[in-house]
Amino acid sequence: MRALTWQGTQNVQVDTVDDPEIINPRDAIIKITSTAICGSDLHLYDGVIPGVLPGDVLGHEFMGEVVETGPKSTLQKGQRVVVPFTISCGQCFHCNIQQFSCCDNSNPVEKQDMGAALYGHSMSGLFGYSHLTGGYSGGQAEYVRVPYSDVGPIVIPDHLEDEKVLFLSDILPTGWMAAENADIQPDDTVAVWGCGPVGLFAIQSALVMGASQVIAIDHYPHRLELARSLGAKVINFRETNVQEALMEMSGGIGVDAVIDAVGMEAHGFAIDNMLDVAKQKIGIGADRASALKQAIIAVRKGGRVSIPGVYGGMTDKFPLGAVMEKGLQVKTGQTHVQKYLKELLAKIEDGTLDTTFLISHRLPLEQAAEGYKNFKQQQDTWTKVVLKPGMEA
Amino acid sequence: MEDAKKGLGVAGLAGLMLAAGAGAYLSTRKDKRHTSPDDAPGHTARRGFGAYDVIGRTVTIARPREELYAFWRDFSNLATFMENIVSVKPTGDNGRAVWTILAPAGRTVEVETEIVSEQPGELIAWRSVPGSQIDTEGRVTFADAPGERGTRVGVRVAYKPPAGELGRVVAKLFMREPEIQARHDLKRFKMLMEAGEIATSARRKDQTRAAKQEQSPAYKNEETA
Repeated sequence: MRALTWQGTQNVQVDTVDDPEIINPRDAIIKITSTAICGSDLHLYDGVIPGVLPGDVLGHEFMGEVVETGPKSTLQKGQRVVVPFTISCGQCFHCNIQQFSCCDNSNPVEKQDMGAALYGHSMSGLFGYSHLTGGYSGGQAEYVRVPYSDVGPIVIPDHLEDEKVLFLSDILPTGWMAAENADIQPDDTVAVWGCGPVGLFAIQSALVMGASQVIAIDHYPHRLELARSLGAKVINFRETNVQEALMEMSGGIGVDAVIDAVGMEAHGFAIDNMLDVAKQKIGIGADRASALKQAIIAVRKGGRVSIPGVYGGMTDKFPLGAVMEKGLQVKTGQTHVQKYLKELLAKIEDGTLDTTFLISHRLPLEQAAEGYKNFKQQQDTWTKVVLKPGMEA
Repeated sequence: MEDAKKGLGVAGLAGLMLAAGAGAYLSTRKDKRHTSPDDAPGHTARRGFGAYDVIGRTVTIARPREELYAFWRDFSNLATFMENIVSVKPTGDNGRAVWTILAPAGRTVEVETEIVSEQPGELIAWRSVPGSQIDTEGRVTFADAPGERGTRVGVRVAYKPPAGELGRVVAKLFMREPEIQARHDLKRFKMLMEAGEIATSARRKDQTRAAKQEQSPAYKNEETA
């Protein structure tokens, strides 16, 4: 089959690789119909996530048609499914309490040591990501092997086209969980750093959950425009002193909850961020966290901090004093996708949530490398790239 | 004989984890000479245990105690999740079994064990029989976890490293260092019991670790035996 493979930093290419096959009883094979490039794929592209090997097939946002099933799969050939990017067994302690991204069993044993050494515990398997999370072949390909197909994928009714539901795989539940983690109350002002896909979906979700005001912070004019079209007020951090503006826009209280939808490759002007850029370039696992640092200073006393943005290593000069002294609550984590699928599919069906506005480009799988390059270099206008294996160039 | 010992040092230790039973070394309390003011299991001590190495690992498995005990007590099941075990064959009804353990270069080592203590649903303890190439004992315990969490499965194994420190160093190179092996084997046991299968991120069957291992001459010998 054809698949997008990682070859090195900022070097991906579409290659011919082995077709997947059923290995375990609960497996299914999915023929991909639509798959997207995620902002977190750019962390892999930039080589800042450890444990990615040449030849790895990327892609963790995908959907398609069931073409083969193992004896214990509950799927049927021909069904259309969206597959969660988190691989979860559904039967361990963590899955039983809906902490699906903490699944004990989906990360192969021999891959768990690195995560255990770095974080104290290994996390669940993820599709198309680092070998820290299993090294599973991803969905930017013609076919993918999906483990635990009896508990992961959600079957999509025929009347909903791919583009309406594709983002159930990751970014919609991720934006939703980000808002849920911010514990939004009706009178709240919520500030969201980063108007990429997750930030935009977090804005949408926060408004659905009843926030009285959502303020979006970015520096790309088109992305800020999208945020405004969803109902957010916007701040361009290149034009405005963010801290001062947030204090004024929240009546001098500070914002009630903050969401860092930027993560480890934050832009920023402060001297510590420039140092972090240098440290990250030499590969010592330093995360740039300037958005998060700013958010922690901006949030009100006793406020809430939600971190959907991806971090992978250590952070220097973290304002822990502000977290403790201001009495902040912090919630974060890889998304427990399976927990949200039914609820969010229902909200797509009844029109509460529409995510199709995000898609800026559609490309054949063969042009995936071009998609990565442009998504990286033209972030203002390339807001979301959907790859279609069957599409004519 | 020296060569055989080295072989065990490199590869056979995985089997020790299975074979459990080394009395005092396996105690949950540290011994009196080294009384320590804490309640941690003995095998987590920073100090050594003289001639024996002691490894231990506990996992919580979301399945009933009796089910896990029954699966383990049928020793022939152990090779399904213990990576370096080619087979475990009961040699009679007295609890004796012969473990065939994978060694480098397709060789195998055999160790015979006997059950020294058994409490249905709770504990199985074993040791190598006199004259065995490996001097080892160990045990596996099954205890109810709090609330609905299932069962705590603990494995403790003591063994004499056959070729001393060198054996351990070489073993590490082969990823067959017993501590690592015990941890990996118990995680596979948990996967098998909870999810019904052992996770692999391979795309094709012949790329899985199990498939690659089964291509080794040791397994071929087993099939023709």
